[in-house]
Amino acid sequence: MDSNRLSGPLADPAGEAGYPSDHPDRVGFFTDTSVCIGCKACEVACKEWNLLPEDGLDLTGMSYDNTGALGATTWRHVAFVEQHGSTGSTVDLGMPGMGEDQVRWLMSSDVCKHCTHAACLDVCPTGALIRTEYGTVLVQDDVCNGCGYCVPACPYGVIDIRPDTGGAAKCTMCQDRLGAGLMPACATACPTESIQYGPLDELRDRAGQRVAELHDQGITEARLYGHDPADGVGGDGAFFLLLDEPEVYGLPPDPVVTTRDLPSMWRHAAGAALTAAAVIVGCFVGGKR
Amino acid sequence: MKRGDRLMVPEAEFRSYYGRPVLKRPVWKVPDVPAYLYLGGLAGASSTMALCADLTGRRRLARSGRLAAAVGATASVGALIHDLGRPARFLNMLRVLKPTSPLSVGSWILAPFSALSGAGAASEITGRLPALGRAAATTAGVIAPAMTTYTAVLLADTAVPGWHAAYRELPFLFAGSAVSSAGAVGMLAAPAESGPARRMAVAGAALEFAAGRSMHQRTGLVGEVYRQGRAGAAWRAARVLTGLGAGAALFAGRSRPAVIVSGLCLTAGAVATRYAIFEAGRASVSDPRYTVVPQRDRLDARR
Repeated sequence: MDSNRLSGPLADPAGEAGYPSDHPDRVGFFTDTSVCIGCKACEVACKEWNLLPEDGLDLTGMSYDNTGALGATTWRHVAFVEQHGSTGSTVDLGMPGMGEDQVRWLMSSDVCKHCTHAACLDVCPTGALIRTEYGTVLVQDDVCNGCGYCVPACPYGVIDIRPDTGGAAKCTMCQDRLGAGLMPACATACPTESIQYGPLDELRDRAGQRVAELHDQGITEARLYGHDPADGVGGDGAFFLLLDEPEVYGLPPDPVVTTRDLPSMWRHAAGAALTAAAVIVGCFVGGKR
Repeated sequence: MKRGDRLMVPEAEFRSYYGRPVLKRPVWKVPDVPAYLYLGGLAGASSTMALCADLTGRRRLARSGRLAAAVGATASVGALIHDLGRPARFLNMLRVLKPTSPLSVGSWILAPFSALSGAGAASEITGRLPALGRAAATTAGVIAPAMTTYTAVLLADTAVPGWHAAYRELPFLFAGSAVSSAGAVGMLAAPAESGPARRMAVAGAALEFAAGRSMHQRTGLVGEVYRQGRAGAAWRAARVLTGLGAGAALFAGRSRPAVIVSGLCLTAGAVATRYAIFEAGRASVSDPRYTVVPQRDRLDARR
């Protein structure tokens, strides 16, 4: 196994997965949270297009975010982060002010990251999870065994088992729309262009420019997350512009594809298996009945 | 923050999204998966024990080992199928062989192993086709050590902090626990030839203790999950039971009551060990601290 197939930068995941060289460009999402207004149009559009059932109408009681997290039937989730005190600035959206006691709202639409090295895809025992020609990660519903291995493997806590079908489910990046030349439903519905869809290279350029622009405006806390092909998952197909540390939005600060350590894991397991064999044999050697 | 304002979340030294977990909790069920882990280990070590007993002319121990291997492997498949929901899904596990998926590799170890050990045991019970039965049991005994450790990789190859952080020690812990479990069964089932089984019980427990100790020392903050709550209680119970069982095995000699106490304690200890590890993983997912803090430290160290 080439180590690059398990972790590290990888220029062309679709090509590596066996698609011929004329496959489409790798596509992705750039979610610019500095212009997200928390309208949840993306959540609704995603549910509508993908025929996802509602998740119940329970209130979480923690904030205006009553969705809580990504899940098997929530493929876009808008986080609402309420911060008190002078915790930095936001882009002025013309929203009503709160006086001297600053309250800052950070809103961010989260989604499956479509990792370059996707742990869910790696650990799937049946091959139900595949890399598409667009470089995204897709669950084939008819092949999925419902074993749930992908669930704890995902370093972002995205994929989950749907109770009604028993199969794993997550964002498909609207695979059915892409083939027809359409944008994913969430990006189409986003009124502020917080969710941008397109070829990943182009999005990375655009994101770099946007961060520079915000830094020029004095918004120094603006940063990109998941854009770096040298990070623990080989870079994300869906990356973000954040205005605070990732953990504030419920994102892991330094996720790593677990498969990176798999060769070492198998070596340790082989060593332990040989140890077990040696111990058992040793217990039979030279002893009495 | 102004006086009189109410904190939305308890003040903590790390930041998170309203204290919500970052990772998804494993959907695997109790007792299915802890039982699967214990039974697989028991079956593997019993099979190798049976092979060694056969080669050294200990017929009764060989017979008990073959039966334990077959029962353990079959029940392990049963536990996996119960967790998956229906039998066809186990067969579906064999539609591809994926080296990056420990569950795929494991299914390819478990399926031939359970078939071979089943054939060996069937021949043992019926007395039919003894040569073929012996060949099947021998082959099973050779691949069996893989049965004792692949499940450790299965758990470790996840983002679950409590499991992934322990990936170096878990296989040795599972191997040791499997050897002492098989020793326990050998002692109970073949008292007249139980010398090697008693030594297995003691040596396996020693390996398990050593691996567990090393795991605690190396896993740092995440290692807390093995000491707290339900997982911690199960872990401590496992230490006591395994220690008692190994002690009794060491001094049991031919004393039947001591052998029975030892065998039962070791078995209960091994089951508790598997449950503790499973539960510790779930606990490490439920609290975002174990995901965020080590990653944040790693990130800050790089900067």
